[in-house]
Amino acid sequence: MNYDQLFHILGIIVVACPTLLLAVLGVSSLVGRPLTERLMSQLTQSAVVTGLLASIGILAMMLMTDRRLIEVGMGNWLVLKEQHFHFTFKFVFDRLSVPFVILSFTLCGVTGAFASKYLHRETGYGRFFVLYAMFLLGMVVTSLAGTIETLFAGWELVGLSSALLVGFFHERAAPVRNGLRVWTVYRVADAAFLVATLALHHLTGGGDFVGLMGHGAWPEGQAALTSNQALFVGLLLLVAAAGKSALVPFSGWLPRAMEGPTPSSAIFYGALSVHLGAFLLLRVSPLLEASTLLCVAVVALGLVSALFAAMAARVQTDVKSALAFASLTQVSIIFVEIGCGLRYIALIHIIGHACLRTLQLLRAPTLLHDYHDLENAIGGRLPQNATMWQRLVSEPLRRRAFRLAFERGFFDTLLADYLVRPFVKTFQWCDGMERRWTNLLAGRSARDADPLQAAGGVVDDLQ
Amino acid sequence: MIELHLPWLELAIALPALGALLLIGLRDPELAQRRTLLFSGLALACSVGAWLDFGSLHTFEAHDRWSLCSQCFGSEFFVIDELSAPLLPMAALISFVTTLATLRTKVRRYPFAGSLVSETILLATLSCRNPWGIVALLAVGVLPPLWELRSRGKPMRVFAIHMSLFVVMLTVGWWLVEQTPAGAAPSNLALGLLIGAVLLRSGIVPLHCWITDLFEHASFGTALLFVTPMVGVYAAVRLLLPIAPEWALRSIALISLFTAVYAAGMALVQKDGRRFFCYLFLSHSSLVLVGLEIATPIGLTGALCLWISVGLALTGFGLTLRSVEARTGRVSLTEFHGLYEHTPALAAFFLITGLASIGFPGTIGFVGAELLLEGAVDVYPWVGLLVVLASALNGIAVLQAYFRIFTGKRYFPTISLQSRLPERIAVLALAALILGGGVFPQPGLSSRYHAASKLIEARLQHIGQATALETHGEPAWPAWFNENDKTAAEREAVDPALEIDAQSEPQPAGATPLQGGPSAARTTRRLPNT
Repeated sequence: MNYDQLFHILGIIVVACPTLLLAVLGVSSLVGRPLTERLMSQLTQSAVVTGLLASIGILAMMLMTDRRLIEVGMGNWLVLKEQHFHFTFKFVFDRLSVPFVILSFTLCGVTGAFASKYLHRETGYGRFFVLYAMFLLGMVVTSLAGTIETLFAGWELVGLSSALLVGFFHERAAPVRNGLRVWTVYRVADAAFLVATLALHHLTGGGDFVGLMGHGAWPEGQAALTSNQALFVGLLLLVAAAGKSALVPFSGWLPRAMEGPTPSSAIFYGALSVHLGAFLLLRVSPLLEASTLLCVAVVALGLVSALFAAMAARVQTDVKSALAFASLTQVSIIFVEIGCGLRYIALIHIIGHACLRTLQLLRAPTLLHDYHDLENAIGGRLPQNATMWQRLVSEPLRRRAFRLAFERGFFDTLLADYLVRPFVKTFQWCDGMERRWTNLLAGRSARDADPLQAAGGVVDDLQ
Repeated sequence: MIELHLPWLELAIALPALGALLLIGLRDPELAQRRTLLFSGLALACSVGAWLDFGSLHTFEAHDRWSLCSQCFGSEFFVIDELSAPLLPMAALISFVTTLATLRTKVRRYPFAGSLVSETILLATLSCRNPWGIVALLAVGVLPPLWELRSRGKPMRVFAIHMSLFVVMLTVGWWLVEQTPAGAAPSNLALGLLIGAVLLRSGIVPLHCWITDLFEHASFGTALLFVTPMVGVYAAVRLLLPIAPEWALRSIALISLFTAVYAAGMALVQKDGRRFFCYLFLSHSSLVLVGLEIATPIGLTGALCLWISVGLALTGFGLTLRSVEARTGRVSLTEFHGLYEHTPALAAFFLITGLASIGFPGTIGFVGAELLLEGAVDVYPWVGLLVVLASALNGIAVLQAYFRIFTGKRYFPTISLQSRLPERIAVLALAALILGGGVFPQPGLSSRYHAASKLIEARLQHIGQATALETHGEPAWPAWFNENDKTAAEREAVDPALEIDAQSEPQPAGATPLQGGPSAARTTRRLPNT
């Protein structure tokens, strides 16, 4: 067996582990034969450990053979020869994808082990692990994608599992409202991603990253696009990345996402999912080199988001939201680094930050207990010293800044007032006109469903 | 014409009719359901047999062996071809699972005989390529729902007005087309009437109110059977696509595109479950029409794929909603219902079918949606992006409905709401097709591409290839978007893999758009040699 075959086998194992896990957990739930907690936990651990070992094996072999780019083709998933239409499943192992996939397996493994205890005897235990497997598969596929369509497939899996996990405690209305909010933002981001994919097809003749950036291993490579084209495609991808990473103006969903169980918050919004936007920009980083304006846009968005998140993090009243905004601050700084062309620094920043934030979020529930113990011991609140900012900034300015940060930059309000509400009003008006028209044709009230309608709009969730 | 090995088509059409006759005078609704299941199941088996038999013949079209119709009328009335081959089992499956998933609480109200008559007409329509036969069958097809509305004492004026208009426009339109001298283009009046009929039957805005009215007043099963097979689209393919000039197709595509976005927006503000389903369906069926009227190989293939995926996915979605209705009454979307804990299988299926309908990766809808989008954007670069908008809005609407129906509160039922075995069989069968088609899409895609190729060939032969080439024109991308002088050369130079591919697939001189000419180059992921 030569190295190429070994790379191929290990590459398939890396992708097959989460796929099989999702298939087993998903099908057993679907046919009404859920597995026991113990079995689910064991299967999850086995899949994660096997995938992790295979990816570490690939890394070791890449170091030994001094190869920087391994392509593992799964063949054409779809082919229309006459139309030169190919949909190829191809996974690449390079300096970007290998660290990211190892990070994904490691953090998912840690969180899976934590969740198996944390959610013990919870009614949604099985549901959590089905969604967890979907998320893991999405992360692995996204990390290793060699074509933009493959990346999009993984991206969508991550989005769906995230939205459903935000609404995990679904016997209450608030978590599911927040889940819908997350899903809505993701759909907008996905729409931008899809348009960028189409534009890339048109410009480069395919969705393969090789066609876009040449055969050079990451971070080398040169965009096969002109400056204007790179700006157009890059801006669309920037919108997609901003939606996934909760950058301004999409930041509103991040604290809402904390309604989910702590393990999912840790893994999604503290560690992996929130970095996917940055990963996307790193993957298409040759595009940034092709357009200075695009780099400026990335840096500007990163700076604004970092400033906003740093302020918002200081006024949050619950630990998970505070950590969410702290996480956003770092992600925004990573965007700035990417915009400045510091790719390796950005990658190292992602890995370090993801590990730290996972630890913090998993520790958060017990940390609160520790604080309560301390306060009980001293018989009062823990003392808080004035910070440097409190001494330097005047009181009125601080008050305004507090208001702005507390209202989370009014982004949600602005989106609701100027986007969602007009949209809803327009279609409600259309609905009213349709009712009048059908009543006219029927010669009577034509809607049986009217008595069902209670006060309050369906799209309240989105507002 | 090549013959099938057995008279599959006539058996598939005759069996439900025979079943309907046997139900006359039967008082026991449960026995009626069992008989309906038997005959509908046999029809499904025959249609699957016809599909498999046809596939084994490797031909474009075939007809029944020992055909009774050909002996009586002297011509092949029922024919199976690449377009209709998978549509027949799909239609039979829709009928079968609708009957199968009818709960005991609903058997007294569900018109089993009517559903068998509808199935007969539906299968006959999809097997028929004779234009007057299609016109007649489409006209007769409106009668079962009308009969049900009348027998249930429900208001039927909205449905009757629209369907009368549809029948008149279709009949007069096709009569005028028939009067056109050979070699001349049909008159604008004839085309206008045909287009109007197709748009009306497909529920395109502003001619869509009959669909919401039907779902309001008819039984859910009857409404599903009437709309989900999308026979309006079938009429467009058989009657309009071969003869319509480019302007007519583009007009239909643009109106359909607008409908797709409008219906997606309307789905988001609906407060009643059935109306929500209605608009969701309208949005998707409009997208199918968009792809058909783009009339490029990629767009048409996407539309044909989407036709099947939407048919299966939204039938499953509708059946799940119907099952929920059977347990809780009409579903209001203004409040949370929290049914997940009691009906987890239905919840999962609701989500899978909803996601399949919006083309989520890994489901049967993904390939069709991707191809359709690519085709639409190639022909209408900016307007085509509305497909993305419609898809995004539909995605939000689906998850919103899921959350409203299955989550949000703790529900305390007085009786068990667990899904019954027949329901589970019905939804699992559809789920297997939806997920299986998503994981292994190549056979379906190849079959749909062949069908699309034949349709375009027929169209080119009919209206003239030169006309078709002229009217396609260049897409309206801005100049900077196409400035690829440097990049194309670089790609040729740096990409040996593509070069090898290019050498292995040389383009013939004077290739037609179908075979990889200028139009195909726009509609595909191009390699440098194209």
